[in-house]
Amino acid sequence: MATDLRNKPCGGRYGDIIEAIGHTPLIELKRLSPKPGVRLWVKLESRNPTGSVKDRVARSLILDAEDKGLIRPGQTILEPTSGNTGISLAMICARKGYRLKVVMPDNVTPERTELLRMYGAEIVYSEGSKGSNGAVELALDMAAKDSAYYMPYQYGNEANPNAHYNGTALEILEELDEVSAFVAGLGTGGTLMGNGRRLKEELGDKVKIVAAEPMQGEPVQGLRSLDDGFIPPIIDIGLLDRKIFVTNEDAIVWTRKLLDEEQLFVGVSTGAIARVAVRIAGELDEGNVVFIAADDGSKYFSSGIYTRPIEEIENLDSTVWW
Amino acid sequence: MAPTAAANDKNLKGNMATIKIPPVLRPAVGGEREISADGENVGEILRAVVEEHPSTSAQLFGSDGDLNRYVNVYLNDEDVRVLDGLDTTVGTGDTLVILPAMAGGAL
Repeated sequence: MATDLRNKPCGGRYGDIIEAIGHTPLIELKRLSPKPGVRLWVKLESRNPTGSVKDRVARSLILDAEDKGLIRPGQTILEPTSGNTGISLAMICARKGYRLKVVMPDNVTPERTELLRMYGAEIVYSEGSKGSNGAVELALDMAAKDSAYYMPYQYGNEANPNAHYNGTALEILEELDEVSAFVAGLGTGGTLMGNGRRLKEELGDKVKIVAAEPMQGEPVQGLRSLDDGFIPPIIDIGLLDRKIFVTNEDAIVWTRKLLDEEQLFVGVSTGAIARVAVRIAGELDEGNVVFIAADDGSKYFSSGIYTRPIEEIENLDSTVWW
Repeated sequence: MAPTAAANDKNLKGNMATIKIPPVLRPAVGGEREISADGENVGEILRAVVEEHPSTSAQLFGSDGDLNRYVNVYLNDEDVRVLDGLDTTVGTGDTLVILPAMAGGAL
């Protein structure tokens, strides 16, 4: 029998799996913290039902569309995604009776394809050399040609950051009275914008909002011109205090470090985010640094990153890791 | 939370910086992956690049003279847009990395 139970006895009681999204644990990483006065915390978003932070976003996108009367049962939802959002949407759409078609680059890890198929989603592959930009471009084109699709478009839909503004950030504030820095990955920008806005509103400018972003390998930088670049419309760069890139190699080194030193089994983006979080923690004298673990490592098994020496990992630069 | 000691050293002037060029921009600099240019801050260095390689001008800068919105320039590994933009001081030994703005991945 548990004694001295300081934490909630369970994650709560819910009517169904969609309601159970969120309420993830906040875990202190004492071994990785570079200074005694600085406490490092990870918000373990891999504990969501499909294993990633995107469950929050997908639920918010679908509920928002339902509230606005934009979708009806049986309709096909179309979304560009390199994985996690698609997997989350697939679970939620299966539960709610929508069809789902996802557009994703053909060079993502095979586990993503399996998970999407498992939940019944249809996959349209975009050219891998164009990275996520290629998936966005193809999905926008498909939606423009067929009005039967409903595209939530996580890159430009405020329901994405609102999932964090009304969820993740409130959960963090419930556990910590003070946050000196919040670190998350920059993809669509939803995690950083939603958490950033809420944390700044509640704690003021003393909380620094820090973006860790992937430095994509050259093989997936296949743009014809810099004008073919893409900035998600929901991103307000003015909200960011720091924006730091992490190479694929460093991201994997830190993913392994989280495993070896803190026994955290997380995906590659979390390695990158942890690297930045530890650096920021090292620049502080005291305070709480919170970072997001976006997903667990199960989608990356086939790459061998958890057991093989880094120099033996294939396609390090031609894979879209996160 | 300073980016680097070198970046904050206001006494440094006219530093030779290394600039890493993304594949999309290499044809405009004679195929080089890495070039050097002199300047005290990011703006001066990029303008020196344009002077040496005029066809980079339309890719690097918008018509308003500011950075092209789809170009990210990093001082070592930090985006200069959240530092002091084109006025960000560049110190000895610093590297500027130019990268295209791309959609995020799995996040």
